Amino acid sequence: MTETFYDVLRRQGVTRRSFMKFCSLTAASLGLGPTLAPQIAHALETKPRTPVLWLHGLECTCCTESFIRSAHPLAKDVILSMISLDYDDTIMAAAGHQAEEALEEVMKKYKGNYILAVEGNPPLGNDGTFCIPGGKPFVEKLKHVAKDAKAVIAWGSCASWGCVQAAKPNPTNAVPIDKVITDKPIIKVPGCPPIAEVMSAVVTYVVAFDRIPELDRQGRPKMFYSQRIHDKCYRRPHFDAGQFVEKFDDEGARAGYCLYKVGCKGPTTYNACSTTRWNEGVSFPIASGHGCIGCSEDGFWDKGSFYERLTNIPAFGIEANADKVGLVAAGVVGAAVVAHAAVTAIKNASEQRKPTKEEK
Amino acid sequence: MSIEGRDLKFPAYVWQAPVRIWHWLMALAMVVLWGTGYFIGAPLPSVPGEASENYLMGYIRFAHFAAAYVFAIAFLGRIYWAFVGNKHAREIFLVPLYMLKPAWWGSFFRTVAHYAFLRRHADWHYGHNHLAMAAMFGMYVLGTVFMIVTGFALYGEGTLKGSWANNLFTSWVIPMMGDSQNVHTWHHLGAWYLFWFTVVHLYFVIREDIVSGLTVVSSMISGWRDVKNG
Repeated sequence: MTETFYDVLRRQGVTRRSFMKFCSLTAASLGLGPTLAPQIAHALETKPRTPVLWLHGLECTCCTESFIRSAHPLAKDVILSMISLDYDDTIMAAAGHQAEEALEEVMKKYKGNYILAVEGNPPLGNDGTFCIPGGKPFVEKLKHVAKDAKAVIAWGSCASWGCVQAAKPNPTNAVPIDKVITDKPIIKVPGCPPIAEVMSAVVTYVVAFDRIPELDRQGRPKMFYSQRIHDKCYRRPHFDAGQFVEKFDDEGARAGYCLYKVGCKGPTTYNACSTTRWNEGVSFPIASGHGCIGCSEDGFWDKGSFYERLTNIPAFGIEANADKVGLVAAGVVGAAVVAHAAVTAIKNASEQRKPTKEEK
Repeated sequence: MSIEGRDLKFPAYVWQAPVRIWHWLMALAMVVLWGTGYFIGAPLPSVPGEASENYLMGYIRFAHFAAAYVFAIAFLGRIYWAFVGNKHAREIFLVPLYMLKPAWWGSFFRTVAHYAFLRRHADWHYGHNHLAMAAMFGMYVLGTVFMIVTGFALYGEGTLKGSWANNLFTSWVIPMMGDSQNVHTWHHLGAWYLFWFTVVHLYFVIREDIVSGLTVVSSMISGWRDVKNG
Protein backbone atom coordinates (compact mmCIF):
# COMPACT_ATOMS: atom_id res chain seq x y z
CA MET A 1 0.00 0.00 0.00
CA THR A 2 1.39 3.38 -0.97
CA GLU A 3 1.69 6.01 1.67
CA THR A 4 0.30 9.51 1.12
CA PHE A 5 1.53 12.75 2.64
CA TYR A 6 -1.59 12.86 4.74
CA ASP A 7 -0.85 9.44 6.22
CA VAL A 8 2.63 10.57 7.13
CA LEU A 9 1.41 13.78 8.72
CA ARG A 10 -1.24 11.97 10.78
CA ARG A 11 1.39 9.53 11.93
CA GLN A 12 3.57 12.49 12.95
CA GLY A 13 0.72 13.78 15.12
CA VAL A 14 -0.55 16.58 12.88
CA THR A 15 -4.32 16.95 13.34
CA ARG A 16 -6.73 17.15 10.44
CA ARG A 17 -7.63 20.68 11.48
CA SER A 18 -3.98 21.73 11.33
CA PHE A 19 -3.62 19.98 8.00
CA MET A 20 -6.53 21.91 6.47
CA LYS A 21 -5.14 25.17 7.84
CA PHE A 22 -1.81 24.37 6.25
CA CYS A 23 -3.48 23.75 2.89
CA SER A 24 -5.28 27.12 2.99
CA LEU A 25 -2.10 28.93 4.02
CA THR A 26 -0.11 27.37 1.24
CA ALA A 27 -2.75 28.18 -1.36
CA ALA A 28 -2.69 31.78 -0.15
CA SER A 29 1.08 32.14 -0.22
CA LEU A 30 1.20 30.68 -3.72
CA GLY A 31 -1.36 33.26 -4.77
CA LEU A 32 -3.74 30.50 -5.86
CA GLY A 33 -6.92 31.69 -4.15
CA PRO A 34 -9.19 29.90 -1.67
CA THR A 35 -10.70 27.46 -4.17
CA LEU A 36 -7.35 25.77 -4.62
CA ALA A 37 -6.95 24.86 -0.95
CA PRO A 38 -9.22 21.78 -1.16
CA GLN A 39 -7.30 20.71 -4.24
CA ILE A 40 -4.04 20.83 -2.33
CA ALA A 41 -5.64 18.88 0.52
CA HIS A 42 -7.03 16.32 -1.92
CA ALA A 43 -3.68 15.90 -3.61
CA LEU A 44 -1.85 15.41 -0.33
CA GLU A 45 -4.48 12.93 0.85
CA THR A 46 -4.60 10.74 -2.21
CA LYS A 47 -1.32 10.94 -4.11
CA PRO A 48 1.55 8.73 -3.08
CA ARG A 49 4.10 10.69 -1.12
CA THR A 50 6.92 12.18 -3.16
CA PRO A 51 10.17 11.92 -1.27
CA VAL A 52 12.51 14.91 -1.17
CA LEU A 53 16.24 14.36 -0.96
CA TRP A 54 18.14 17.40 0.23
CA LEU A 55 21.86 17.57 -0.57
CA HIS A 56 24.38 20.03 0.81
CA GLY A 57 27.37 21.07 -1.28
CA LEU A 58 29.68 24.02 -0.91
CA GLU A 59 27.45 26.26 1.21
CA CYS A 60 26.95 27.95 4.56
CA THR A 61 23.65 26.30 5.57
CA CYS A 62 21.89 29.67 5.61
CA CYS A 63 19.21 28.19 3.33
CA THR A 64 18.42 25.52 5.91
CA GLU A 65 18.57 28.11 8.68
CA SER A 66 16.05 30.18 6.78
CA PHE A 67 13.87 27.21 5.92
CA ILE A 68 13.44 25.95 9.48
CA ARG A 69 12.23 29.42 10.42
CA SER A 70 9.24 29.34 8.11
CA ALA A 71 6.89 31.97 9.49
CA HIS A 72 3.98 29.79 10.38
CA PRO A 73 4.97 27.05 12.83
CA LEU A 74 2.42 24.80 11.20
CA ALA A 75 3.96 25.14 7.78
CA LYS A 76 7.32 24.43 9.31
CA ASP A 77 6.13 21.26 11.04
CA VAL A 78 4.35 19.98 8.00
CA ILE A 79 7.13 20.64 5.54
CA LEU A 80 9.83 19.40 7.85
CA SER A 81 7.93 16.17 8.38
CA MET A 82 7.75 15.83 4.63
CA ILE A 83 11.44 16.42 4.13
CA SER A 84 13.38 15.08 7.08
CA LEU A 85 11.95 11.61 6.61
CA ASP A 86 14.11 10.98 3.63
CA TYR A 87 17.51 12.58 3.48
CA ASP A 88 18.83 15.91 4.67
CA ASP A 89 22.18 15.39 6.33
CA THR A 90 21.92 18.58 8.37
CA ILE A 91 18.59 17.96 10.06
CA MET A 92 17.94 14.22 9.79
CA ALA A 93 18.29 11.96 12.81
CA ALA A 94 20.50 9.39 11.14
CA ALA A 95 24.16 10.07 10.47
CA GLY A 96 27.16 8.53 8.73
CA HIS A 97 26.71 5.21 6.93
CA GLN A 98 23.13 4.96 8.14
CA ALA A 99 22.28 8.24 6.46
CA GLU A 100 24.00 7.34 3.22
CA GLU A 101 22.16 4.00 3.21
CA ALA A 102 18.86 5.81 3.61
CA LEU A 103 19.75 7.94 0.61
CA GLU A 104 20.51 4.92 -1.57
CA GLU A 105 17.36 3.19 -0.41
CA VAL A 106 15.10 6.10 -1.33
CA MET A 107 16.85 6.45 -4.68
CA LYS A 108 16.19 2.79 -5.45
CA LYS A 109 12.65 2.62 -4.12
CA TYR A 110 11.45 5.85 -5.75
CA LYS A 111 13.59 5.75 -8.88
CA GLY A 112 12.60 8.59 -11.21
CA ASN A 113 10.00 9.74 -8.75
CA TYR A 114 11.76 11.77 -6.05
CA ILE A 115 12.58 15.46 -5.82
CA LEU A 116 16.19 16.50 -5.40
CA ALA A 117 16.76 19.73 -3.49
CA VAL A 118 20.28 21.10 -3.59
CA GLU A 119 21.72 23.61 -1.18
CA GLY A 120 25.14 24.91 -2.18
CA ASN A 121 27.03 24.02 -5.30
CA PRO A 122 29.77 21.73 -6.57
CA PRO A 123 33.34 23.05 -6.92
CA LEU A 124 34.88 21.49 -10.02
CA GLY A 125 38.48 22.56 -9.42
CA ASN A 126 41.06 19.90 -8.44
CA ASP A 127 38.68 17.11 -9.55
CA GLY A 128 36.05 18.37 -7.15
CA THR A 129 38.11 17.72 -4.03
CA PHE A 130 37.27 21.07 -2.46
CA CYS A 131 34.02 19.59 -1.18
CA ILE A 132 33.97 15.99 0.04
CA PRO A 133 30.80 14.80 1.80
CA GLY A 134 30.71 11.08 2.65
CA GLY A 135 34.20 10.48 1.27
CA LYS A 136 33.40 11.43 -2.33
CA PRO A 137 33.57 14.70 -4.23
CA PHE A 138 30.22 16.47 -3.99
CA VAL A 139 29.96 16.81 -7.75
CA GLU A 140 29.84 13.00 -8.05
CA LYS A 141 27.20 12.66 -5.36
CA LEU A 142 25.17 15.38 -7.05
CA LYS A 143 25.27 13.70 -10.44
CA HIS A 144 24.55 10.33 -8.86
CA VAL A 145 21.43 11.51 -7.04
CA ALA A 146 20.24 13.77 -9.87
CA LYS A 147 20.34 10.88 -12.34
CA ASP A 148 17.03 9.37 -11.18
CA ALA A 149 15.34 12.51 -9.84
CA LYS A 150 12.04 13.74 -11.24
CA ALA A 151 12.88 17.38 -10.74
CA VAL A 152 15.57 19.45 -9.05
CA ILE A 153 15.21 22.45 -6.76
CA ALA A 154 18.23 24.77 -6.54
CA TRP A 155 18.12 26.36 -3.10
CA GLY A 156 19.68 29.77 -2.75
CA SER A 157 22.07 31.82 -4.81
CA CYS A 158 24.83 29.17 -4.48
CA ALA A 159 22.95 26.45 -6.29
CA SER A 160 21.24 28.93 -8.65
CA TRP A 161 24.07 31.25 -9.67
CA GLY A 162 27.26 30.37 -7.77
CA CYS A 163 27.16 33.05 -5.06
CA VAL A 164 30.17 33.91 -2.89
CA GLN A 165 32.28 30.83 -3.61
CA ALA A 166 31.94 31.53 -7.33
CA ALA A 167 32.76 35.24 -6.94
CA LYS A 168 35.88 36.38 -8.73
CA PRO A 169 38.44 34.85 -8.81
CA ASN A 170 36.49 31.67 -7.89
CA PRO A 171 39.53 29.66 -6.70
CA THR A 172 37.67 26.35 -6.39
CA ASN A 173 35.82 26.75 -9.71
CA ALA A 174 32.45 26.47 -8.00
CA VAL A 175 29.58 26.35 -10.53
CA PRO A 176 25.80 26.58 -10.23
CA ILE A 177 24.13 23.17 -10.36
CA ASP A 178 22.63 23.72 -13.81
CA LYS A 179 26.17 23.45 -15.19
CA VAL A 180 26.34 19.89 -13.88
CA ILE A 181 22.72 18.73 -14.12
CA THR A 182 21.64 19.40 -17.68
CA ASP A 183 18.90 16.85 -18.31
CA LYS A 184 16.38 17.67 -15.54
CA PRO A 185 14.05 20.56 -14.94
CA ILE A 186 15.63 22.85 -12.34
CA ILE A 187 13.65 25.27 -10.20
CA LYS A 188 15.94 28.08 -9.07
CA VAL A 189 15.05 29.68 -5.77
CA PRO A 190 17.80 32.29 -5.41
CA GLY A 191 18.53 34.47 -2.41
CA CYS A 192 21.19 34.36 0.23
CA PRO A 193 19.26 32.80 1.83
CA PRO A 194 15.91 32.54 0.03
CA ILE A 195 12.82 33.57 1.98
CA ALA A 196 11.52 30.73 4.15
CA GLU A 197 7.92 31.09 2.99
CA VAL A 198 9.03 31.02 -0.63
CA MET A 199 10.98 27.83 0.00
CA SER A 200 8.14 26.02 1.75
CA ALA A 201 5.62 27.15 -0.85
CA VAL A 202 7.79 25.89 -3.69
CA VAL A 203 8.27 22.49 -2.05
CA THR A 204 4.57 22.19 -1.32
CA TYR A 205 3.61 23.17 -4.84
CA VAL A 206 5.89 20.58 -6.37
CA VAL A 207 4.89 17.70 -4.11
CA ALA A 208 1.18 18.55 -3.99
CA PHE A 209 0.57 19.25 -7.68
CA ASP A 210 3.24 16.91 -8.98
CA ARG A 211 4.50 19.51 -11.41
CA ILE A 212 6.94 22.38 -11.26
CA PRO A 213 5.60 25.92 -10.89
CA GLU A 214 5.69 28.24 -13.89
CA LEU A 215 9.26 29.49 -14.31
CA ASP A 216 10.70 32.61 -15.92
CA ARG A 217 13.53 32.49 -18.45
CA GLN A 218 16.11 32.37 -15.71
CA GLY A 219 14.40 29.36 -14.16
CA ARG A 220 12.83 31.10 -11.16
CA PRO A 221 9.20 30.55 -10.07
CA LYS A 222 7.26 33.46 -11.55
CA MET A 223 4.98 33.76 -8.53
CA PHE A 224 7.85 34.96 -6.31
CA TYR A 225 10.41 36.46 -8.68
CA SER A 226 8.37 38.53 -11.12
CA GLN A 227 8.75 41.84 -9.35
CA ARG A 228 11.62 43.85 -8.02
CA ILE A 229 12.04 44.78 -4.36
CA HIS A 230 11.65 48.37 -5.61
CA ASP A 231 8.22 47.73 -7.16
CA LYS A 232 6.62 46.90 -3.82
CA CYS A 233 8.93 48.81 -1.47
CA TYR A 234 7.16 50.81 1.23
CA ARG A 235 9.80 53.55 0.81
CA ARG A 236 8.99 53.88 -2.91
CA PRO A 237 6.99 57.13 -2.40
CA HIS A 238 10.19 58.75 -1.10
CA PHE A 239 11.98 57.62 -4.27
CA ASP A 240 9.31 59.14 -6.48
CA ALA A 241 9.29 62.32 -4.41
CA GLY A 242 13.07 62.64 -4.68
CA GLN A 243 13.81 62.16 -0.97
CA PHE A 244 16.97 60.19 -0.34
CA VAL A 245 19.23 59.10 2.48
CA GLU A 246 22.61 60.66 1.62
CA LYS A 247 24.50 59.22 4.59
CA PHE A 248 23.48 56.59 7.11
CA ASP A 249 23.41 59.09 9.98
CA ASP A 250 21.62 61.98 8.32
CA GLU A 251 18.14 63.44 8.79
CA GLY A 252 16.86 61.51 5.77
CA ALA A 253 17.92 58.21 7.33
CA ARG A 254 16.01 59.06 10.47
CA ALA A 255 12.97 60.07 8.42
CA GLY A 256 13.05 56.76 6.56
CA TYR A 257 13.80 58.16 3.11
CA CYS A 258 14.69 56.05 0.07
CA LEU A 259 18.07 54.27 0.30
CA TYR A 260 18.79 54.52 -3.45
CA LYS A 261 21.75 56.88 -3.06
CA VAL A 262 23.42 54.75 -0.42
CA GLY A 263 23.47 51.86 -2.85
CA CYS A 264 20.14 50.06 -2.42
CA LYS A 265 19.88 47.38 -5.11
CA GLY A 266 16.08 47.14 -4.76
CA PRO A 267 15.55 48.55 -8.28
CA THR A 268 17.59 45.74 -9.85
CA THR A 269 16.66 42.83 -7.59
CA TYR A 270 13.89 40.35 -8.26
CA ASN A 271 12.62 38.87 -5.02
CA ALA A 272 9.60 38.92 -2.70
CA CYS A 273 11.23 40.49 0.40
CA SER A 274 9.24 43.73 0.30
CA THR A 275 5.94 41.80 0.26
CA THR A 276 6.66 38.63 2.25
CA ARG A 277 9.28 40.12 4.57
CA TRP A 278 11.34 38.03 6.98
CA ASN A 279 11.07 36.45 10.41
CA GLU A 280 7.31 36.09 10.52
CA GLY A 281 6.81 39.28 8.59
CA VAL A 282 8.70 41.42 11.12
CA SER A 283 11.05 43.25 8.79
CA PHE A 284 13.34 43.13 5.77
CA PRO A 285 16.65 44.94 5.12
CA ILE A 286 15.16 48.19 3.80
CA ALA A 287 12.71 48.38 6.71
CA SER A 288 15.72 48.07 9.01
CA GLY A 289 17.39 51.06 7.36
CA HIS A 290 19.86 49.25 5.15
CA GLY A 291 19.69 49.03 1.38
CA CYS A 292 19.00 45.79 -0.41
CA ILE A 293 22.30 44.13 -1.45
CA GLY A 294 20.69 42.23 -4.31
CA CYS A 295 21.50 38.79 -2.87
CA SER A 296 19.09 36.96 -5.17
CA GLU A 297 20.71 38.35 -8.33
CA ASP A 298 23.32 36.57 -10.40
CA GLY A 299 26.89 37.60 -9.51
CA PHE A 300 25.89 40.12 -6.85
CA TRP A 301 29.29 39.81 -5.17
CA ASP A 302 31.08 41.08 -8.25
CA LYS A 303 29.12 44.28 -8.79
CA GLY A 304 31.25 46.50 -6.55
CA SER A 305 30.25 48.17 -3.32
CA PHE A 306 26.94 47.39 -1.63
CA TYR A 307 26.78 51.12 -0.88
CA GLU A 308 26.99 52.53 -4.39
CA ARG A 309 24.42 52.58 -7.14
CA LEU A 310 26.75 52.26 -10.09
CA THR A 311 28.47 48.99 -10.86
CA ASN A 312 32.25 48.79 -10.68
CA ILE A 313 33.82 48.20 -14.07
CA PRO A 314 36.98 46.30 -13.19
CA ALA A 315 38.42 46.04 -16.72
CA PHE A 316 40.35 49.25 -16.25
CA GLY A 317 42.51 48.14 -13.37
CA ILE A 318 41.26 50.98 -11.21
CA GLU A 319 37.98 51.45 -9.45
CA ALA A 320 35.64 52.94 -12.00
CA ASN A 321 31.96 53.12 -12.77
CA ALA A 322 30.03 54.02 -15.92
CA ASP A 323 30.12 57.75 -15.17
CA LYS A 324 33.86 57.85 -14.52
CA VAL A 325 34.58 55.82 -17.64
CA GLY A 326 32.24 58.01 -19.66
CA LEU A 327 33.70 61.25 -18.39
CA VAL A 328 37.32 60.20 -18.92
CA ALA A 329 36.57 59.03 -22.45
CA ALA A 330 34.60 62.20 -23.17
CA GLY A 331 37.64 64.18 -21.95
CA VAL A 332 39.92 62.19 -24.25
CA VAL A 333 37.56 62.67 -27.22
CA GLY A 334 37.24 66.36 -26.40
CA ALA A 335 41.01 66.82 -26.16
CA ALA A 336 41.47 64.97 -29.45
CA VAL A 337 38.90 67.23 -31.08
CA VAL A 338 40.61 70.37 -29.79
CA ALA A 339 44.01 69.12 -30.92
CA HIS A 340 42.67 68.18 -34.34
CA ALA A 341 41.02 71.58 -34.70
CA ALA A 342 44.26 73.30 -33.77
CA VAL A 343 46.28 71.34 -36.32
CA THR A 344 43.59 72.03 -38.94
CA ALA A 345 43.80 75.73 -38.26
CA ILE A 346 47.61 75.81 -38.42
CA LYS A 347 47.69 73.72 -41.61
CA ASN A 348 45.10 75.90 -43.28
CA ALA A 349 46.88 79.08 -42.30
CA SER A 350 50.22 77.87 -43.61
CA GLU A 351 48.79 76.37 -46.80
CA GLN A 352 46.96 79.50 -47.74
CA ARG A 353 50.33 81.15 -48.21
CA LYS A 354 51.78 78.48 -50.52
CA PRO A 355 49.27 77.15 -53.09
CA THR A 356 49.69 73.47 -54.00
CA LYS A 357 50.18 72.03 -57.47
CA GLU A 358 46.55 71.01 -57.88
CA GLU A 359 45.32 74.50 -57.29
CA LYS A 360 47.71 76.06 -59.85
CA MET B 1 46.49 63.04 -56.54
CA SER B 2 42.91 62.96 -57.67
CA ILE B 3 40.25 64.81 -55.79
CA GLU B 4 36.94 63.15 -56.35
CA GLY B 5 33.61 64.86 -56.35
CA ARG B 6 34.69 68.23 -57.78
CA ASP B 7 32.45 67.50 -60.78
CA LEU B 8 29.30 67.16 -58.67
CA LYS B 9 26.49 69.58 -59.46
CA PHE B 10 25.82 72.02 -56.64
CA PRO B 11 23.56 73.30 -55.23
CA ALA B 12 21.90 69.95 -54.57
CA TYR B 13 18.84 69.07 -52.50
CA VAL B 14 20.15 66.35 -50.15
CA TRP B 15 18.34 66.21 -46.82
CA GLN B 16 14.59 65.94 -47.36
CA ALA B 17 12.22 67.56 -44.87
CA PRO B 18 11.41 64.38 -42.89
CA VAL B 19 15.12 63.74 -42.42
CA ARG B 20 15.67 67.27 -41.15
CA ILE B 21 12.69 67.16 -38.80
CA TRP B 22 13.83 63.80 -37.48
CA HIS B 23 17.37 65.10 -36.98
CA TRP B 24 16.41 68.04 -34.80
CA LEU B 25 13.64 66.22 -32.94
CA MET B 26 16.02 63.38 -32.17
CA ALA B 27 18.75 65.82 -31.07
CA LEU B 28 16.34 67.54 -28.70
CA ALA B 29 15.11 64.21 -27.29
CA MET B 30 18.70 63.11 -26.83
CA VAL B 31 19.59 66.19 -24.78
CA VAL B 32 16.55 65.60 -22.54
CA LEU B 33 17.48 61.92 -22.23
CA TRP B 34 21.04 62.67 -21.17
CA GLY B 35 20.00 65.22 -18.58
CA THR B 36 17.19 63.22 -17.04
CA GLY B 37 19.11 59.96 -17.38
CA TYR B 38 22.03 61.40 -15.46
CA PHE B 39 19.73 62.49 -12.63
CA ILE B 40 18.06 59.07 -12.53
CA GLY B 41 21.47 57.49 -11.97
CA ALA B 42 22.67 60.19 -9.57
CA PRO B 43 19.59 61.92 -8.13
CA LEU B 44 19.47 65.57 -7.05
CA PRO B 45 19.69 66.46 -3.34
CA SER B 46 16.60 65.51 -1.36
CA VAL B 47 13.58 67.79 -1.46
CA PRO B 48 12.07 68.87 1.87
CA GLY B 49 8.48 68.22 2.94
CA GLU B 50 6.17 65.25 2.81
CA ALA B 51 6.59 62.55 0.19
CA SER B 52 2.96 63.07 -0.83
CA GLU B 53 3.66 66.71 -1.72
CA ASN B 54 6.62 66.02 -3.97
CA TYR B 55 7.13 64.12 -7.18
CA LEU B 56 10.54 65.29 -8.41
CA MET B 57 12.00 61.89 -9.25
CA GLY B 58 8.67 60.94 -10.77
CA TYR B 59 8.72 63.96 -13.10
CA ILE B 60 12.36 63.35 -14.05
CA ARG B 61 11.59 59.75 -14.89
CA PHE B 62 8.45 60.76 -16.76
CA ALA B 63 10.46 63.22 -18.87
CA HIS B 64 13.01 60.48 -19.55
CA PHE B 65 10.36 58.00 -20.65
CA ALA B 66 8.46 60.57 -22.72
CA ALA B 67 11.64 61.70 -24.49
CA ALA B 68 12.55 58.04 -24.98
CA TYR B 69 9.26 57.39 -26.77
CA VAL B 70 9.87 60.43 -29.00
CA PHE B 71 13.43 59.25 -29.65
CA ALA B 72 12.34 55.70 -30.49
CA ILE B 73 9.31 56.59 -32.60
CA ALA B 74 11.32 59.22 -34.49
CA PHE B 75 13.90 56.55 -35.20
CA LEU B 76 11.23 54.18 -36.49
CA GLY B 77 9.95 56.99 -38.71
CA ARG B 78 13.51 57.54 -39.92
CA ILE B 79 13.82 53.87 -40.85
CA TYR B 80 10.55 54.16 -42.79
CA TRP B 81 11.94 57.19 -44.62
CA ALA B 82 15.04 55.21 -45.53
CA PHE B 83 12.73 53.07 -47.65
CA VAL B 84 10.69 55.81 -49.31
CA GLY B 85 13.06 58.78 -49.24
CA ASN B 86 15.91 59.70 -51.57
CA LYS B 87 19.15 57.75 -51.63
CA HIS B 88 20.81 59.98 -49.05
CA ALA B 89 18.13 58.93 -46.56
CA ARG B 90 19.41 55.38 -46.91
CA GLU B 91 23.14 55.78 -46.66
CA ILE B 92 23.57 55.67 -42.88
CA PHE B 93 21.70 52.35 -42.77
CA LEU B 94 23.20 50.73 -45.85
CA VAL B 95 26.89 51.40 -45.23
CA PRO B 96 27.62 47.76 -44.32
CA LEU B 97 26.39 46.79 -47.80
CA TYR B 98 28.43 49.54 -49.50
CA MET B 99 31.47 48.25 -47.65
CA LEU B 100 31.22 44.97 -49.58
CA LYS B 101 32.30 46.82 -52.73
CA PRO B 102 36.08 47.34 -52.81
CA ALA B 103 35.66 50.62 -54.74
CA TRP B 104 33.85 52.17 -51.76
CA TRP B 105 36.99 52.01 -49.64
CA GLY B 106 39.02 54.34 -51.86
CA SER B 107 37.19 57.43 -50.77
CA PHE B 108 37.06 56.11 -47.21
CA PHE B 109 40.84 55.96 -46.95
CA ARG B 110 41.29 59.28 -48.78
CA THR B 111 39.07 60.84 -46.10
CA VAL B 112 41.07 59.17 -43.33
CA ALA B 113 44.26 60.49 -44.91
CA HIS B 114 42.73 63.93 -45.15
CA TYR B 115 41.84 63.93 -41.45
CA ALA B 116 45.33 62.67 -40.63
CA PHE B 117 46.67 65.74 -42.49
CA LEU B 118 48.24 63.54 -45.18
CA ARG B 119 46.01 64.93 -47.94
CA ARG B 120 45.11 68.53 -48.28
CA HIS B 121 41.68 68.06 -49.87
CA ALA B 122 38.82 65.79 -49.00
CA ASP B 123 36.55 64.12 -51.54
CA TRP B 124 33.23 65.81 -52.11
CA HIS B 125 29.96 63.93 -51.78
CA TYR B 126 26.35 65.01 -51.92
CA GLY B 127 25.66 63.34 -48.59
CA HIS B 128 28.09 62.01 -46.01
CA ASN B 129 31.70 61.28 -46.85
CA HIS B 130 32.49 57.60 -46.53
CA LEU B 131 34.17 57.86 -43.15
CA ALA B 132 31.25 59.87 -41.77
CA MET B 133 28.83 57.30 -43.17
CA ALA B 134 30.68 54.49 -41.39
CA ALA B 135 30.69 56.47 -38.13
CA MET B 136 26.98 57.20 -38.51
CA PHE B 137 26.28 53.50 -38.74
CA GLY B 138 28.79 52.21 -36.21
CA MET B 139 28.24 54.85 -33.57
CA TYR B 140 24.89 56.48 -34.18
CA VAL B 141 22.67 53.74 -35.67
CA LEU B 142 24.02 50.84 -33.60
CA GLY B 143 24.25 53.02 -30.49
CA THR B 144 20.66 54.14 -30.94
CA VAL B 145 19.32 50.63 -31.48
CA PHE B 146 21.23 49.50 -28.39
CA MET B 147 19.83 52.34 -26.29
CA ILE B 148 16.27 51.74 -27.48
CA VAL B 149 16.47 48.00 -26.77
CA THR B 150 18.13 48.30 -23.34
CA GLY B 151 16.05 51.36 -22.49
CA PHE B 152 12.73 49.68 -23.12
CA ALA B 153 14.00 46.57 -21.33
CA LEU B 154 14.53 48.72 -18.22
CA TYR B 155 11.22 50.47 -18.77
CA GLY B 156 9.49 47.09 -18.96
CA GLU B 157 10.82 46.20 -15.51
CA GLY B 158 8.66 48.95 -14.06
CA THR B 159 5.63 48.29 -16.23
CA LEU B 160 5.83 44.64 -15.13
CA LYS B 161 5.22 41.31 -16.81
CA GLY B 162 2.50 41.40 -19.40
CA SER B 163 3.26 44.94 -20.58
CA TRP B 164 4.39 45.33 -24.20
CA ALA B 165 7.85 46.59 -23.19
CA ASN B 166 8.33 43.66 -20.85
CA ASN B 167 7.16 41.10 -23.42
CA LEU B 168 9.13 42.61 -26.26
CA PHE B 169 12.37 43.56 -24.52
CA THR B 170 12.71 42.87 -20.78
CA SER B 171 11.92 39.18 -21.15
CA TRP B 172 15.05 38.46 -23.22
CA VAL B 173 17.42 41.39 -22.63
CA ILE B 174 17.84 40.77 -18.90
CA PRO B 175 18.60 37.04 -19.20
CA MET B 176 20.95 37.82 -22.11
CA MET B 177 22.95 40.38 -20.12
CA GLY B 178 22.88 38.33 -16.92
CA ASP B 179 20.83 40.53 -14.64
CA SER B 180 19.05 43.84 -14.31
CA GLN B 181 22.04 45.69 -12.90
CA ASN B 182 24.19 44.76 -15.88
CA VAL B 183 21.53 46.14 -18.20
CA HIS B 184 21.54 49.39 -16.19
CA THR B 185 25.33 49.61 -16.48
CA TRP B 186 25.32 48.95 -20.23
CA HIS B 187 22.52 51.45 -20.79
CA HIS B 188 24.57 54.00 -18.86
CA LEU B 189 27.70 53.29 -20.92
CA GLY B 190 25.58 53.43 -24.09
CA ALA B 191 24.52 56.97 -23.18
CA TRP B 192 28.18 57.94 -22.91
CA TYR B 193 28.89 56.22 -26.24
CA LEU B 194 26.31 58.43 -27.94
CA PHE B 195 27.76 61.42 -26.10
CA TRP B 196 31.26 60.71 -27.45
CA PHE B 197 29.71 60.34 -30.89
CA THR B 198 27.98 63.68 -30.51
CA VAL B 199 31.19 65.47 -29.53
CA VAL B 200 32.91 64.08 -32.63
CA HIS B 201 29.86 64.79 -34.79
CA LEU B 202 29.63 68.43 -33.70
CA TYR B 203 33.33 68.95 -34.24
CA PHE B 204 33.35 67.49 -37.73
CA VAL B 205 30.23 69.25 -39.01
CA ILE B 206 31.65 72.58 -37.90
CA ARG B 207 35.10 71.75 -39.25
CA GLU B 208 33.72 70.56 -42.57
CA ASP B 209 31.59 73.66 -42.80
CA ILE B 210 34.73 75.79 -42.52
CA VAL B 211 37.31 73.66 -44.33
CA SER B 212 35.61 71.47 -46.97
CA GLY B 213 34.21 74.23 -49.14
CA LEU B 214 30.69 72.79 -48.94
CA THR B 215 27.85 73.85 -46.68
CA VAL B 216 27.23 71.41 -43.84
CA VAL B 217 25.49 72.96 -40.85
CA SER B 218 23.02 74.99 -42.90
CA SER B 219 22.24 71.93 -45.03
CA MET B 220 20.53 70.22 -42.11
CA ILE B 221 18.30 73.30 -41.83
CA SER B 222 17.54 74.02 -45.48
CA GLY B 223 18.20 70.60 -46.98
CA TRP B 224 20.42 72.10 -49.71
CA ARG B 225 24.15 71.65 -50.06
CA ASP B 226 26.11 74.20 -51.97
CA VAL B 227 29.67 75.23 -52.70
CA LYS B 228 30.81 78.03 -50.48
CA ASN B 229 32.29 80.96 -52.29
CA GLY B 230 36.05 80.94 -52.34
